[in-house]
Amino acid sequence: MSITIYVPCDSSAVSLGAERVAKAIALEAAKRSIDINLVRNGSRGMYWLEPLVEVATAKGRIAYGPVQPGDVSGLFDAGFTEGGAHALSLGLTEEIDYFKKQQRLTFARIGKTDPISLTDYVANDGYRGLKNALSMTQANIVKAVTDSGLRGRGGAAFPTGIKWNTVLNAPSLQKYIICNADEGDSGTFSDRMVMEGDPFVLIEGMTIAGLAVDATQGYIYLRIEYPHAFEILSAAIATAYKEGYLGDNIQGSGKTFNLEVRLGAGAYVCGEETSLMESLEGKRGLVRFKPPLPAISGLFGKPTVVNNVISLASVPVILDKGGDYYRDFGMGRSRGTLPVQLAGNIKRPGLVELGFGLTLRELLYDFGGGSASGRPIRAVQVGGPLGAYLPEAQFDTPLDYEAFAANWTVLGHGGIVVFDDTVNMAQMARYSMEFCKIESCGKCTPCRIGSTRGVEVMDDIINGRNLEKNIPLLRDLCDTLLNGSLCALGGMTPYPVLSALNHFPEDFWVNA
Amino acid sequence: MTESGSTQATVQEIIAALKDKPGALLPILHGVQDALGYIPAGSVPDIATALNLSRAEVHGVISFYHYFRNTPPGKQTIHLCRAESCQAMGGRQLEEHVKAKLDIDFHETTADGKFSLEPVYCLGNCACSPAMQIGKEIYGRVTADSFDATIANTEASA
Repeated sequence: MSITIYVPCDSSAVSLGAERVAKAIALEAAKRSIDINLVRNGSRGMYWLEPLVEVATAKGRIAYGPVQPGDVSGLFDAGFTEGGAHALSLGLTEEIDYFKKQQRLTFARIGKTDPISLTDYVANDGYRGLKNALSMTQANIVKAVTDSGLRGRGGAAFPTGIKWNTVLNAPSLQKYIICNADEGDSGTFSDRMVMEGDPFVLIEGMTIAGLAVDATQGYIYLRIEYPHAFEILSAAIATAYKEGYLGDNIQGSGKTFNLEVRLGAGAYVCGEETSLMESLEGKRGLVRFKPPLPAISGLFGKPTVVNNVISLASVPVILDKGGDYYRDFGMGRSRGTLPVQLAGNIKRPGLVELGFGLTLRELLYDFGGGSASGRPIRAVQVGGPLGAYLPEAQFDTPLDYEAFAANWTVLGHGGIVVFDDTVNMAQMARYSMEFCKIESCGKCTPCRIGSTRGVEVMDDIINGRNLEKNIPLLRDLCDTLLNGSLCALGGMTPYPVLSALNHFPEDFWVNA
Repeated sequence: MTESGSTQATVQEIIAALKDKPGALLPILHGVQDALGYIPAGSVPDIATALNLSRAEVHGVISFYHYFRNTPPGKQTIHLCRAESCQAMGGRQLEEHVKAKLDIDFHETTADGKFSLEPVYCLGNCACSPAMQIGKEIYGRVTADSFDATIANTEASA
């Protein structure tokens, strides 16, 4: 009987050599006349163990990692195809503490299944949400999403059900569903993992959204930096059309939903929903004034739902198991789970999906194991390049939108970037201004000019020039950006800048 | 057919295939850059005419997006991540090394035409920082040594 061996096709695993490991395993098996079935799964999200190779045994899947091509022949010698003992053996994959302690709802299948196999998807609870949705009224689909308490996982945390309801009630012959897959925040990769590891869950979520609000056309706006996700999504969409899960008569229901992937072109600001729509319309990605809200007048002037990948990928489980099931995870007004991404200088980087409520400290030390360098963790940036830096004193903040807001910090898309004590926070503040300058769409003055002036003021500060004048000037500039910008790019650049200044003043008041 | 004639034919083919899509400009620009490596200034009037836009509008879109370029790239384009997660793992030092090794700055191409260097703000490989991309290949936990080895390999296989 053939033995099933899993080697991830996830691009981070590939960046560490998974492709070469897969080839080496296939070659070695052929050489030894061992019949194997090599499956390219998504990643389990334990990146310090990638490339993580798994073998299906009677006891369950056994993991080995991190595996390099040079280890492969030794693994065969140790009988790893039967789950044999080896220095790289990690035991049963799902018993690994980091994985076992998680609550995987949105990521339930990722790492387990072959991403582009519809059979695998359906065999692992896929398309159950759509099946339910097809027998429900539109108002009841929206109600299930509202009841779940799901809030926009892109970062703004706006209640998804309310957004859908607005679009449902906006009269129009044509409406659109847009998936914002322009995951540009440093330290975030959960959208990428979904698109590479379980693309059908996103397709299903978008199809349900289309049914709910009467939209027949969907677009996934995907960043150009994710070529692997593009290939996998495209393959999954083609299969979904072929098997009647997309197109004019979804599963014989007579309902229509068409879906297309569109590529961005390296503009961070196109992750802002109105800029994204301009880009989809074939224009410069200039931010629009709001109102009108996209839900009333969005893409091509039609009512449009714009949701993040994780929001849409959370919809199938909500429609499968009910809004109450999802709402029972989490704390306060942050319901359900958040796929947190641990990145930067951390010993055990990866994806941790858990109900809201865990503290940052638990994530950094219990899951993350402290810094990768072994030095003390000095600062942590949560929520991407527009998120605040948190010092050790704030590590007990629970992961909850409101608790973060109360600290003048943002949870955002759940990306956590860790820095050890070698970081220079004045340099990081300068970088934030520089990033805003490079990525500003140029429409509003505070962001366009303010970021350039911000870099200049930071250069003066870093060079110790006239600090008594320049540090208040930096605060004043941040105040203008914060209150005068059109969108979050200029409006939130002060978060990393001012938090760095407030919590780490010793890096700014040098040479004074 | 002359070189510019064949370029124009390629552009026309891409325009014909994509111009009826809603919001066709970005798909067309991607098509042209995929085929030619860049968007030649000479293709702008054709694209503008097909989409009933002014040349200024097409130029404005090309210049807005960091990914689109109007000059031919080197044989290989290296996208080096500058974002926070990579900085936390030595990305700034790696950036210095890469620039010194190739003897170019960002947005430049080596004198021998082999490599272009572009900054990128996150490749989504933040769990394996620092990261870079060459063509469609992505690399994680890049060090000065592994960068040199990768470049040597790429040159050998080119």
